[in-house]
Amino acid sequence: MSAAITLYVPGDAGALSLGADAVAQALAAEARARTREVRIVRNGSRGLYWLEPLVEVVTAAGRVAYGPVTAADVPKLLDAGMLDGAPHSLRLGDITTHPWLASQQRLTGARLGIVDPSDLDDYIAHGGYVGLSAALALAPQDIVRTVADSGLRGRGGAAFPTGIKWQTVHDQRVAQKYIACNADEGDSGTFSDRMIMEGDPFALIEGMTIAGLAVGATLGYIYLRVEYPHAARALAKALDVARRRGYLGKNLRESGRDFDIAVRLGAGAYICGEETSMLESLEGRRGEVRVRPPLPAIKGLFGQPTVVNNVITLATVPLILARGAMFYRDFGVGKSLGTIPLQLAGNVKHGGLVERAFGLTVRQLVYDYGGGSATGRPVRAVQIGGPLGAYLPESEFDTPLEYEALSAKNALLGHGGVVVFDDSVDMARMARYALEFCAIESCGKCTPCRIGSTRGVELVDRILTSANGRRDADLALLDELCDTMFNGSLCGLGGMTPFPVRSALKHFREDFAGERGDRFI
Amino acid sequence: MNHADVQRCVSAAIKKFGAEPGPLLEILHAVQDELKHVPPEAVPLIAAALNLSRAEVHGVVSFYHHFRGTVPGHTVVQLCRAEACQSMDARALAEHVTRRLGVGFGETTADGRVTLDAVYCLGNCACAPAMMVNGELHGRVTPERVDELARDWGVRN
Repeated sequence: MSAAITLYVPGDAGALSLGADAVAQALAAEARARTREVRIVRNGSRGLYWLEPLVEVVTAAGRVAYGPVTAADVPKLLDAGMLDGAPHSLRLGDITTHPWLASQQRLTGARLGIVDPSDLDDYIAHGGYVGLSAALALAPQDIVRTVADSGLRGRGGAAFPTGIKWQTVHDQRVAQKYIACNADEGDSGTFSDRMIMEGDPFALIEGMTIAGLAVGATLGYIYLRVEYPHAARALAKALDVARRRGYLGKNLRESGRDFDIAVRLGAGAYICGEETSMLESLEGRRGEVRVRPPLPAIKGLFGQPTVVNNVITLATVPLILARGAMFYRDFGVGKSLGTIPLQLAGNVKHGGLVERAFGLTVRQLVYDYGGGSATGRPVRAVQIGGPLGAYLPESEFDTPLEYEALSAKNALLGHGGVVVFDDSVDMARMARYALEFCAIESCGKCTPCRIGSTRGVELVDRILTSANGRRDADLALLDELCDTMFNGSLCGLGGMTPFPVRSALKHFREDFAGERGDRFI
Repeated sequence: MNHADVQRCVSAAIKKFGAEPGPLLEILHAVQDELKHVPPEAVPLIAAALNLSRAEVHGVVSFYHHFRGTVPGHTVVQLCRAEACQSMDARALAEHVTRRLGVGFGETTADGRVTLDAVYCLGNCACAPAMMVNGELHGRVTPERVDELARDWGVRN
């Protein structure tokens, strides 16, 4: 009997949503029927979602991929000799040479789809915990300096320099500080946090541990959205292993330092992705926005200095410590340094995770990677940066996906999600939806957001049904309302809802003319 | 729901999480995980244990979309209505699902089998439209797929 053949079948939520569990079961059953011994590893996704479930078999010549595989394909695949890497119409070969993947610069997502997310030794074999070892040899101030020198900016959306935030917390002279990881990835079109938590959770755990060492915090919280049950399970498993193996807890790695992590679940509130609402929620209250100052770095969780960082930001830290600040900052352009995990979503043929140095244009992303729309119709618009991000028309697709260039276009990169729409999209309906979403998710603390969003929905409805004379006045009023929300809201929800509304008005004004009869179901 | 059951469930949750800092959401999650909702009679019990007012606890329960005050159907269907799913015609899918089930969003079928909820992003945006059924995620959902699954939910044609 030969040694067991290793198969990789992603356990990533996206792959599962396309039947990966049934594929894994079919592979086990069919292999047994052929008296072939197999070992099935549930890896994360490599992020080529149109090829999921993407199965890989380990052969003497390396990993050979097949995809997209359904459970019904499995008997024929095995008949064709899949377990030995034989040819088949679904055979993709070595997936790392696929141009979609080979052209990427996977730094934060380097291990996605490659390692077993519950196997600490696999993590270590792929470069894991080198960053922590480096950090343990440094003074806290030097860890902070390394992160500052790398140019890393918060990947959650605000793009605040991570090193400056850490320095502020580092400089506070108090007994208790916290690391709070924002895993409330609520923006439509984004899923990179989910992929990391499910596919490489030790990277986040290591990053938070390094943050704790740097600023002098002994406890970290991961505020995870309740819509991510798969990530919750993956994190629980990884945290348990890390604790048992001495990578978390008291005197971790015999360093004399303590750090531990607790996961806390959100409860379905988009606003809790805003950092001060998240802190309120972590404290067990309504997720209402806090007035700043004081900054969370000075008075954050339970009134103590707190580093609040997104999953991607923290999961990037181990690499920076392992390879050095200069290695990381050599990627990127201008003030957008390093790589950005872009998430290509919506009506697109080849959606998924595209991690590259900053500077890729929208056009390259949508056409070179995305292959155009999934429906085959012309692409009309993209929304970048989630529900508070601007819509860009085709004429703006040469804009590079980096912070300053987008800002110059009254747009933003946010958490890096890009949602593609074909020419069937009704942009007045999308503008109305942006306001409606703001009304549904507003925490209610400030008036421009709480009331303005509802008045905005009513205004759009009126614009689309009223006579021409009134429409111009109402369009001007909608613009004024956007002004009020932009300038008068306490946080980004009310303050940035004007971005999708105004960009739709600017670039797709013809959709507000009111002729379309199929609106508003 | 038997009052003694509620009392026992709340006491267990408070015993488990009550000593942690800011434990209210954890307690509410524990109660809802077991009872499938947060019964109104649980609110004063939790408030008393945490030295909060009933209004404060009710305020938290009602703030979050996830917490519900009534028992949902046997199957909870969460259909994503956010932008990425809209770009793949989630509106038409929503029409189909509401027609098929005969209920609107936030409602439960008369026979108590299915509750339909709106959700704003399940993180499956490259496989839109997305839907979660009792915690199980589905991608690239079509009306036909919904009809197939609906048989398992006990929905008659």
